Amino acid sequence: MNAPSTGSGPRAIPDRLEGRWTSLFKSWETLLIAVAIVVFVVNALSSPYFLNAWNLSDATFNFTEKAMIAMAMALLIISGEIDLSVAAIIALASTAMGVALQYGAGTPELVLTGLLVGLLCGAFNGWLVTGLGLPSIVVTIGTMSLFRGIAYIILGDQAFTGYPPSFAWFGQGYVWWVISFELVLFAAIALFFGILLHWTSFGRTVYAIGNNPVGALFSGVRVGRTKFILFLMTGLMSGIAAICLTARLGSTRPSIAFGWELEVVTMVVLGGVSILGGSGGIPGVVIAAIIMGLVTFGFGLANVPGIVMSIFVGLLLITVIGAPMLWRRLKREHSA
Amino acid sequence: MLQQARSATVKKAPSPANEPVLALSGISKSFPGVRALSGVSLELYPGTVTALVGENGAGKSTLVKILTGIYQPDEGAIRLSGEEVSFPTAYDATQAGITAIHQETVLFDELSVAENIYLGHAPRGSLGLIDRARMNRDAAAVLKRIGAAIDPDARLRDLGIASKHLVAIARALSVEARMVIMDEPTAALSYKEIEELYALVERLKAEGKAILFISHKFDEIFRIADRYTVFRDGECVGAGLISETDHDALVRLMVGRPVGQIFPKRDVEIGEPVLTVSGYSHPTEFADIGFELKHGEILGFYGLVGAGRSELMQALFGVTKPSRGAVRIGGEVAVIRSPAEAIRRGIVYVPEERGRQGAIAGLPIFQNVTLPSLSRTSRRGFLRLAEEFKLARQYTSRLDLRAASLDRDVGTLSGGNQQKVVIAKWLATHPKVIILDEPTKGIDIGSKAAVHEFMSELVAEGLSIIMVSSEIPEVLGMSDRVIVMREGRIVGEYARKGLTAEMLVRAAAGIGGNDANRK
Repeated sequence: MNAPSTGSGPRAIPDRLEGRWTSLFKSWETLLIAVAIVVFVVNALSSPYFLNAWNLSDATFNFTEKAMIAMAMALLIISGEIDLSVAAIIALASTAMGVALQYGAGTPELVLTGLLVGLLCGAFNGWLVTGLGLPSIVVTIGTMSLFRGIAYIILGDQAFTGYPPSFAWFGQGYVWWVISFELVLFAAIALFFGILLHWTSFGRTVYAIGNNPVGALFSGVRVGRTKFILFLMTGLMSGIAAICLTARLGSTRPSIAFGWELEVVTMVVLGGVSILGGSGGIPGVVIAAIIMGLVTFGFGLANVPGIVMSIFVGLLLITVIGAPMLWRRLKREHSA
Repeated sequence: MLQQARSATVKKAPSPANEPVLALSGISKSFPGVRALSGVSLELYPGTVTALVGENGAGKSTLVKILTGIYQPDEGAIRLSGEEVSFPTAYDATQAGITAIHQETVLFDELSVAENIYLGHAPRGSLGLIDRARMNRDAAAVLKRIGAAIDPDARLRDLGIASKHLVAIARALSVEARMVIMDEPTAALSYKEIEELYALVERLKAEGKAILFISHKFDEIFRIADRYTVFRDGECVGAGLISETDHDALVRLMVGRPVGQIFPKRDVEIGEPVLTVSGYSHPTEFADIGFELKHGEILGFYGLVGAGRSELMQALFGVTKPSRGAVRIGGEVAVIRSPAEAIRRGIVYVPEERGRQGAIAGLPIFQNVTLPSLSRTSRRGFLRLAEEFKLARQYTSRLDLRAASLDRDVGTLSGGNQQKVVIAKWLATHPKVIILDEPTKGIDIGSKAAVHEFMSELVAEGLSIIMVSSEIPEVLGMSDRVIVMREGRIVGEYARKGLTAEMLVRAAAGIGGNDANRK
């Protein structure tokens, strides 16, 4: 492909061929921003209620909690693993907070309970995968049933209610004008994971593991430890999401956050993270989360039933996983 | 369809023994950057065992793949009983009556022995369903023919490694074949099982089959083969009757070229021991290993494939766990539990499986180079790209890497350039000991010379090198001292001076007086 270089002296290899701006323009993120703008405009044109600061603020609640988990999930999928138990962790953490409430826990104890249950569930997943060497997709399908099953046993068909108002602030409070606490928290989490993945050596090892776990191990990367930390962080984010969601709803039912794992994975994959691991980034996942929030909100304004949203998420998941693979196959056949 | 083909081959009268059943002539095959075979010929006669001999990389495997329809030759003709044929797919080769027993056969642990033997050509009943009763009967017959006492109904998982090998042989013979290719069939077998295999080869010979027998072990070649063909560097350098040759003549043909001028090994002053290994053992791979590596030394490790050399090196690098033994680095006892620890102690490993263990395809060149050195190029855990590019440029330019840019995916490079990236990665960690496992395997001649030249430079700078290699010229040309391993043990240690290819081949194959292991 490259022209053979003449002369046999030591040649200087350039650091980069394309400028950063060129590669940015060609990126998946640019495409996502275009999609986000289209969705925004379509919503604005189809409903007179859309372009209203408070309505838009409401729209953010459609994605903030899921997107918090998606940030950690992005790193996990890039490393070549997955956690399908995240929604079940929410159910278990929320149930645990409800139990704590029955024993007279105040807001600080409730928050602590949520975080702790999330961490423990993440540690359990991480131990099964890195300690016992089991495949994460099987492990977390198992713990998905396990965690939610425990919630069902404790709750039956009842619900915990009566959370204190100071706790409700985590899901319903506003920091300034229309800016909710959840939105600010999500922004902080996104910033944290963005920096962690793209600007630290920890993030670099995540990419190395995702591209070639054996090669990474042979390069001195502590593969098991890194993956364990990623499961721990995913569990913790699920715990935080459980606090926000429980506070917003003001109640705990065992079916809380049912099916969210698929929406979280869809956000991550739509955001440009390869389901096979090794590539993708946080900015794309953030934009993908906003797109999914806007679409959900648009459907809500247009009175589209919830099941249609579920069909949409399913189709979207298949499309974003399948399209890049089909694209590559077409390209190969053309060049061959 | 298969039934017809089978009866057709059986009915055919055996051709007279002086006419080859299969004749290859002028076969050439090239891969990007490598000419694997150039104009080779080979003839197989009915009721005759032909041994194919050659060093690793001489083109034997490529030839087997051409014969079994996996590769297509670029040039040359294949004649079957005098008629020119071609094998576009593996299925066509099978139909022509060629079957192969590979060194590592792919079998299915969860299926029964009979299912493994007949997978893909099981006898069918009336509805097109598999006729299990007949399949088990047939399998039992094939197993009996090769003298294997294995229940056809047993699950493959429950069998030992040798029995699995017999199942693989039964699978190859379940297709009625006129030509049987055996690619190092005794590599995984014990002494007793090897005897049984020899008996089987005799039976196949008596049945009039033409057998191509690939082996590194000279004792077995002289015991069972009738004819020989020697390959060297993709060319056919000799062929004839076994009865008209001897060990020494065959080894000379195999090694061939004068060794010594093409390798730029310089004389370096050898210093104090940097690495001392004693009583080092692993439950299955190696036992009782003891050696010393000195400052500025290149220590060669020679042996046949499967002698346990890579496994030993990976234990030293902390990938696998030894069961016993001690490692001293600079006189200090070192327990190495992970590659990260080995790197910290100054031991690095350039693996044989470059694609899986060495280069990380998907990551750019510069990130491959800096991966083990991130603690130095980053500050408080934060990456500094400018530092990374600087480090990567420094070491890749020393190795004369050819690439469009340093942010190119390492997976897009040629094998030789990928190897340079892997070596650059390790040099950037300032190691004391660098272990090179088959450092020039599968890379082009130009890159090979660059790697050799570079090894000399490194020891001149005070590094110590362990080089695992199966290429005799490389071992002889580059090593100050050579250790030979066989079946997981050290069977010989030789100084550079006066060392010959014959000595290495004999020690590795277990021929001659210094062999205490056998009998």
